[in-house]
Amino acid sequence: MSREQIDATGNTTAAGPTRRTFLDWLVGGSALATLGAIVYPILKFMTPPRIVESTESSVVAAKIAEVPKNSGKIFKFGNKPGILVRTDAGELKAFSATCTHLDCIVQYSSEKKQIWCACHNGQYNLNGKNIGGPPPRPLEEFKVNTRGDDIVVTRT
Amino acid sequence: MKLLASGLQLNRCPAASRSMGVRFRANGFAVRCEAVALPRRYDHPIFAGYALRAGSAPSTARPKATPGAEPKTKEPRLRRGKATASHRTAKPHSNSPLVKFALAMIPLLLVSMPAIAQQKSSCIECHQRLEDPKLSAPAKLFDNDIHRARNLSCNDCHGGDPTASTKEGAKDPRKGYLGRPRTLDIPAYCGKCHSDANLMKRFNPSLRVDQEREYYTSVHGMRLKEGDQRPATCISCHSVHGIRAVNDPLSSVYPLNVADTCAKCHASADYMRGFNIPSDQFANFKTSVHAKALYEKQDLSAPTCNDCHGNHGAAPPGITSVANVCGQCHARQAELFQKSPHKAAFDQRELGECVTCHSNHAIAAPSDQLLGTSQGSLCINCHSPSDKGFVAAGQMRSMIDQLIASIDSSSQILTRAERAGMEVSRPKFELKGATDALTHARVLIHSSSADEVSKVVVPGLQVAEKGYQSGVGALAERTFRRKGLLVSLVFILFLAMVVYLKIRQIERKATTAST
Amino acid sequence: MSIQSITAWLDERLALSALAKIAEKKEVPLHRHSIWYYFGGMTLFLFAVQVVTGILLLLYYRPSAENAFESVQFIVTEVQFGWLIRSIHSWSANLMILTLFIHMFSVFFLRAYYPPREITWVSGAALLIICICFGFSGYLLPWNKLAFSATKVGTEIAGVVPIVGRPILRFLRGGDEVTGATLTRFFGFHVAVLPATATVFIAIHVLLVQLHGMSVPPKLIGQPVKKMKFIPNFLLRDLIGWILAIGVLAALAALSPWELGEKADAFAPAPAGIKPEWYFLFMFETLKRIPAKVLGFDGEVLGIMTFNFVAVLLFLVPFIDRSPENRRRRLIFNIVGVVALLYMITMTVVGYLT
Repeated sequence: MSREQIDATGNTTAAGPTRRTFLDWLVGGSALATLGAIVYPILKFMTPPRIVESTESSVVAAKIAEVPKNSGKIFKFGNKPGILVRTDAGELKAFSATCTHLDCIVQYSSEKKQIWCACHNGQYNLNGKNIGGPPPRPLEEFKVNTRGDDIVVTRT
Repeated sequence: MKLLASGLQLNRCPAASRSMGVRFRANGFAVRCEAVALPRRYDHPIFAGYALRAGSAPSTARPKATPGAEPKTKEPRLRRGKATASHRTAKPHSNSPLVKFALAMIPLLLVSMPAIAQQKSSCIECHQRLEDPKLSAPAKLFDNDIHRARNLSCNDCHGGDPTASTKEGAKDPRKGYLGRPRTLDIPAYCGKCHSDANLMKRFNPSLRVDQEREYYTSVHGMRLKEGDQRPATCISCHSVHGIRAVNDPLSSVYPLNVADTCAKCHASADYMRGFNIPSDQFANFKTSVHAKALYEKQDLSAPTCNDCHGNHGAAPPGITSVANVCGQCHARQAELFQKSPHKAAFDQRELGECVTCHSNHAIAAPSDQLLGTSQGSLCINCHSPSDKGFVAAGQMRSMIDQLIASIDSSSQILTRAERAGMEVSRPKFELKGATDALTHARVLIHSSSADEVSKVVVPGLQVAEKGYQSGVGALAERTFRRKGLLVSLVFILFLAMVVYLKIRQIERKATTAST
Repeated sequence: MSIQSITAWLDERLALSALAKIAEKKEVPLHRHSIWYYFGGMTLFLFAVQVVTGILLLLYYRPSAENAFESVQFIVTEVQFGWLIRSIHSWSANLMILTLFIHMFSVFFLRAYYPPREITWVSGAALLIICICFGFSGYLLPWNKLAFSATKVGTEIAGVVPIVGRPILRFLRGGDEVTGATLTRFFGFHVAVLPATATVFIAIHVLLVQLHGMSVPPKLIGQPVKKMKFIPNFLLRDLIGWILAIGVLAALAALSPWELGEKADAFAPAPAGIKPEWYFLFMFETLKRIPAKVLGFDGEVLGIMTFNFVAVLLFLVPFIDRSPENRRRRLIFNIVGVVALLYMITMTVVGYLT
């Protein structure tokens, strides 16, 4: 739409968009672009991310098949290590794997059927209680449930 | 019941003899005495029927104990003799059992009071008032003594009569006064109670009763038996008269105080003269990681002198058993060492296991410097470039160095990313797995096998690499954000400028319209 | 279907043209102090930014002691542009309080509370209190050590007020100590109670401004003054300000992101040198410097009651300085205002330097 106009400086503009409408287009265009630059992150934000929720209070520690009787497995629970143990009787138990003595990572000993810390020979029984060596406190116990194939460990 | 009647029949029971005690039994209203096997306490009422023969020397009655031998049933040091108990009160003779019994109550109360209720003890009363500190100290210290807390008193160890009001009366040998024991007799002196299971179980059933026996297996005990007066005896470590329980923080044998107690003798070159052992153990120990754990971190599970050397049977562990001792806590290292070729080699050459590399008292935090083939390492002290050990040492060291370098570069880049404002707590946590692998590798070197070490180093390197990549990613994300910011700012500023132009345009239009 | 036909359709139903006529009439006086007129709108814009970013954060945030910190960490690490939304929310809160103070002081010194604008002032003072509460409650939500300590100290101070202090403390904390219950409660205040209250007062405040029109400084009352149309001239200028504000927020978020800190631990001692946010700092520094006992009264209680008294006075400003005629009162108010402003600035700076 071209119109003849007399603008402030007294110039007549010929056919084609006038300075005014050009500026309008510019305003509209850049406004739209900026709006887009604002809406785009918002839309991305609302899209669920790869990991759908933080794994701090509950985590799938392992698959049922991965933990046979009389064995243990270390898993990650949020920012801390955990140990999953299946006893001889088949019961699943989970504890914090941070030794209460000097924070080493404990392991399961299938010969002694105990949880053992390699650093200074600390021993815990299968209730997490510190029964030998330097550790001053028991291991924190977690709740274990199974969901289909998965073993789910929850902080109590 | 039987105890109550003892006062009446004291020292009059015909059944009593030198090696037997007496027991008083009520028979209807009569009281009879009969012989019983001798318990090992001397002044407690259960011992009624004994008196020391005047002038007899207690120690000569003791047979010499040989090291390691089973203690024979000790002969009592008190002898049956004519008693001239000054506290015996004259009583009317009466044949009525009831009257006899009733009258027995009176002296009984007088006799048993001092022993049962520690309210009157002339020993303590007198000694407290003495001016010589050496003589008053026992009475003053005794307030804190654990024996006092168990209602025992001076006479329960030293014999004598705490109810007497004169020195002669209290220290009457006929009342069982034993006096101050000779240094050589101290273990047996304490042992007369502490080695008696039947007696100790009345006070603390879980206390051991073999300290005396163990003591004579120790270097201290053996030398004492030979007549040397210098080695430590019970009172050297446990003190005397102010003995506290081991779990009392003020006790001289509380874990935090044990080293100082041992050092009282062992740190003095003068005192240890002639024994051919160094006197710098305490000074060395204070520099060790164990001392740091004990004194700075207050970790009572850290070892002090007795944890490696034993309590009563104190002796340095034999060369072939050092690994066992250290292995009480450092189980993994000991296990690996004992399966490694070093065990046989060390034992053959009579080199102390563990201590050859780590020292015995001045155990410093081990550094990687000790391992390897370069200047300053310990391996080259025995290994020469041609042998397998040299090669293994070099390989293990280089693997560990590689892992350390990888962890370092990863944590550096993650710290950079964190300082730049990126959230990297998850990758930092996962990098800890690599540090775990490093700790594990440093333990595995005790197997002297490069293969074993590589089994943990390789996965460790992978974790470290992953951490590095996370750091790189975080920094890249940061650059992306800054670029994004730049782009958005360009848009924003452009829009602001364009709006400004629009304002100008509108207002110019308005002014032209109004003119 | 052109823009015109849609507008016409809506106009028939929503009386848009009537609204447009009213809006057309709105004018802004032009004088030396016109620049201060921007700050009300800027505060409102930043509030809108808070609402939008706050709603977005609500999609991922979890208001329980076990999950709050981790959920914020999740937002900042896993959610796309989560870092941006969260940092903008935190920065914009601070900027909003800053512009709010500027707006309040400019209104005070330009006497925009003279009749008939008393209710506008009172609603504005209420909005000040509401926004401070927004800041205080929102600060706890990430559940980090700093926030935990700040909340503990802040509620402790509230509890010092005589008679009502203890019930107020228990009401705020949801108990006697700062716990997960406090977090849930603060969350409820922050996303429901305070927004509802703020909406009501903002509506009152803004509608009254439209009703009464823009005020002029006392010197210019009754004088002819150049005016500028609000739509589109002033609005476009406002817009530039808002666009630049977005730029500033984006730059702050990218260059100086808001810290996550460490998860709060109820049993750990307070971190050394904790300070409240800058808008509380002047009060904090004042309380630190009051001697323990003043004229027989507990110093801290006296300090807090003084602040409460000043807040009440703030509400009553238009009822104390009632008319432009009283020049002496205006002078006193000016002096009081300048002293107060200087005091607040000085104590804030002192708080940062020590």
